Amino acid sequence: MAETDNTILKMTGISKSFPGVQALESVELSLKQGEIHALVGENGAGKSTLIKVLTGVEHPDTGTITLFGRDTRVRSPQHAVDLGISTVYQENNLCMNLSVSENILIGREPMRFLWWKVNLEGMSPSARRILRMLVYIDWQTLNALAKKLLLELGVDIDVTQPLGSYSVAIQQMVAIARALEISNAKILIFDEPTSSLDLDETRQLFDVMKKLKQQGVGILFITHFLNQVYEVSDRITVLRNGKLVGTYDTRQLPHLDLIAKMIGRSLSGLDEMTKIKLRTMKTIKKEPCLTARGLGRAGAIKPFDLDLHRGEVVGLAGLLGSGRSEMASLLYGTETPDVGTLVVENQAVRDFSPLDSIKRGVVLCPEDRKGEGIVDDLTVRENIILALQASRGWLRYLSMAQQYEIAERYIKLLNISTPSADQAVKNLSGGNQQKVILARWLAANPEVMILDEPTRGIDVGTKTEIQKLVLTLAEEGKSCVFISSELEEVMRTSHRIVVMRDREKVNELAGETDEQKVMKVMAGSVE
Amino acid sequence: MKTSKLPLNWRSITESRLFFPFLALAIILLFDLIVVPGFFSFSTMDGHLYGSIIDVLRNGSSIMLLAIGMTMVIATGGVDLSVGAVMAIAASVAALMMNPYVLATELPPNLQKLVFDPHFTYSPLWLVILVTLLISTVCGLWNGLLVAYGRIQAMVATLILMIAGRGIAQLITNGIRIQIFYDPYAFIGNGWVVLPFPLYIVTFVFLVSWVITRRTAIGMFIESVGINYRSSFFSGIDEKKIKLLAYAFCGFCAGVAGLVASSNIKTSDANNIGLTLELDAILAVVIGGTLMSGGRFSLLASVVGALVIQAMTTSILSVGVPAFAIQAIKGLFVIFVIVLYSDQVRGFIRRIVAPKGATS
Repeated sequence: MAETDNTILKMTGISKSFPGVQALESVELSLKQGEIHALVGENGAGKSTLIKVLTGVEHPDTGTITLFGRDTRVRSPQHAVDLGISTVYQENNLCMNLSVSENILIGREPMRFLWWKVNLEGMSPSARRILRMLVYIDWQTLNALAKKLLLELGVDIDVTQPLGSYSVAIQQMVAIARALEISNAKILIFDEPTSSLDLDETRQLFDVMKKLKQQGVGILFITHFLNQVYEVSDRITVLRNGKLVGTYDTRQLPHLDLIAKMIGRSLSGLDEMTKIKLRTMKTIKKEPCLTARGLGRAGAIKPFDLDLHRGEVVGLAGLLGSGRSEMASLLYGTETPDVGTLVVENQAVRDFSPLDSIKRGVVLCPEDRKGEGIVDDLTVRENIILALQASRGWLRYLSMAQQYEIAERYIKLLNISTPSADQAVKNLSGGNQQKVILARWLAANPEVMILDEPTRGIDVGTKTEIQKLVLTLAEEGKSCVFISSELEEVMRTSHRIVVMRDREKVNELAGETDEQKVMKVMAGSVE
Repeated sequence: MKTSKLPLNWRSITESRLFFPFLALAIILLFDLIVVPGFFSFSTMDGHLYGSIIDVLRNGSSIMLLAIGMTMVIATGGVDLSVGAVMAIAASVAALMMNPYVLATELPPNLQKLVFDPHFTYSPLWLVILVTLLISTVCGLWNGLLVAYGRIQAMVATLILMIAGRGIAQLITNGIRIQIFYDPYAFIGNGWVVLPFPLYIVTFVFLVSWVITRRTAIGMFIESVGINYRSSFFSGIDEKKIKLLAYAFCGFCAGVAGLVASSNIKTSDANNIGLTLELDAILAVVIGGTLMSGGRFSLLASVVGALVIQAMTTSILSVGVPAFAIQAIKGLFVIFVIVLYSDQVRGFIRRIVAPKGATS
């Protein structure tokens, strides 16, 4: 082999099947020292499974893993860590009730006995056994160390606070700090690290990644943001339907070719989007179907006015924590407003609760898919009919035939890839879970859909599908509030853009404004 | 096509929720078949069936009733420790309503006769049953209020009534063990219509709860709340109301069990009725395959779980283990169940049970 000198990881002929699914079929992957290697593919392409095989969560049916020139069987996640492979997962697996510093250094806390610092590592087992009874956690050093590790990532926070009190972005940074701290990782895997980060934070992360690259760490970077792939990666491996499409030098693979390789056909959706949007502009009705006047809640969002017309898509733009989700929860009724009025379909709203809201025809597809969206042990069918059934009440139970009919219809409409409607939703890939939740809300037959980050963690092909779906629904006379961290997506989908900043609605812009202007309003340099 | 059908059937059998509860039951019965002579013999007397199997069913009726209610609560992600105490409350209420004169320290002679009369009751039987079940449902509602609306952890919230319940039961009867002489009431726990009467009660409660959970959306709502209550709330399910309902129903079932148990021993023994039975009920649900963290449940599996426990108790006794040692043996049995339910053993059993070539 020509590349053995600096290839630290080589996976060959990896296959893995789950009941009913061939997740991977003889996939190859190689990683060089000091390289950022992007792993891309649509939902269900097998990226997550490949990572699970590499980190010992799953064992491959066939294939070999060569680590630092030696054939290795990764037995368990702990074994992977011992081998020098650390991972930052898509949905971080940290303890929300522990402090930030505990999360970073859990299991490897610095110890002390009175005023002596004690390092148990490297001691003989018997000495360690005796000492362990005497020593206790050196909190000061622990916190100082955690603080230092985070500062290296450019995050300056109080590390003694519970992790749950920080935003998802900060939690992500903590997860990264933890992954870096665990052993001296030779291989670092980032599984969608940027999906909940804003622009600045993403930049910070990339700086850190580049620094690690200089130090000779091999980085495997999984993301759906293709521009980020071009920003940092050296090589790209593309997977599709569990098969390897190929590995390419980033500089030699144009953007559009990459997309074509990912979805297996060329992308013509973008032009079509603009056309549909122009067409739907004309079908927006005059009368509003949802009107908020001075609606607000202390501590969550300052009073705002909002009109939503029939057939209109209103985009909410703003940075993370600018009050987008808070506005959504007031409109949906998961939070009760202190002041102001909300009128839906010419009726003043008195009862704020999800159930009342669904009955009014207003639904919210929440941001936190895992925590507030899917019910993971229920089947695809049950997840899809859940909201519809809730609004019908417990007595008017949909017959099995009706349930299957509804489920099958949306599985087809949204192209949900599942072996059957009776598959537990937890066995589906992230993007397909998102589609199931969308199906749940479509099945409830809403007039107003509030979509909070409906395309997070979803691949390009599906993203455009969902955006198109939103516009098609608008054409049918439904209204939509579209929330996304990706400004480009908001711009492309919305007829009108509401800009949020610091928990306040600051401006409204027509859909044709250019991105620069919206960004400036978001940042606060222009009113 | 023809060859692939059989393995498919095998798989659906071994992966069914009912497979392991039934397997555990079968193992115990097999043990009885070998060790206890005459365990499977039946005899008839006055047209009624008798035998060890019938005894298991009859003595297990309280646990089965509790297990049905407990299944709902555990499926929502909670637990109800108070069912044993609620049984005691139910027993006290029923006994007091039939026989309130015992509270007077000295009975007038004309009443003394009436009290021991097997045809005498102060309140009519239907009212006794109605009020008893109402009060036990209120006990369940109290638990549900604490858990769903008070957001207190289920273990702690139901512990309150578990501790206080037996005291309340004593207060109701003024600390006296009221004996029950009224014959129709005794029929609830002791009557036979070919089979013991409690079995008909269990069957009725089971069918009603099965229809409520599986022929309406309630079952799915309960499972959904148990798996992820936030998602359920966002989907428009009133998770608090669902939890309240589950606890209320659990209280109701405990009330029925209390009626059966007190009628069985013909007294309101507030200290001993349903003692530690809540733990048996929880164990029955766990054997039935419902996770303690909530989610998917099967009522039939829980009922089989209850029978597993009762069959085990009966067989330990019939082997000749002294009654005081039964808890220790039960502990061993729990270990056996845990091992049986571990992933390794489950996989192993599925492999040996399925015919060759069916595992692929």
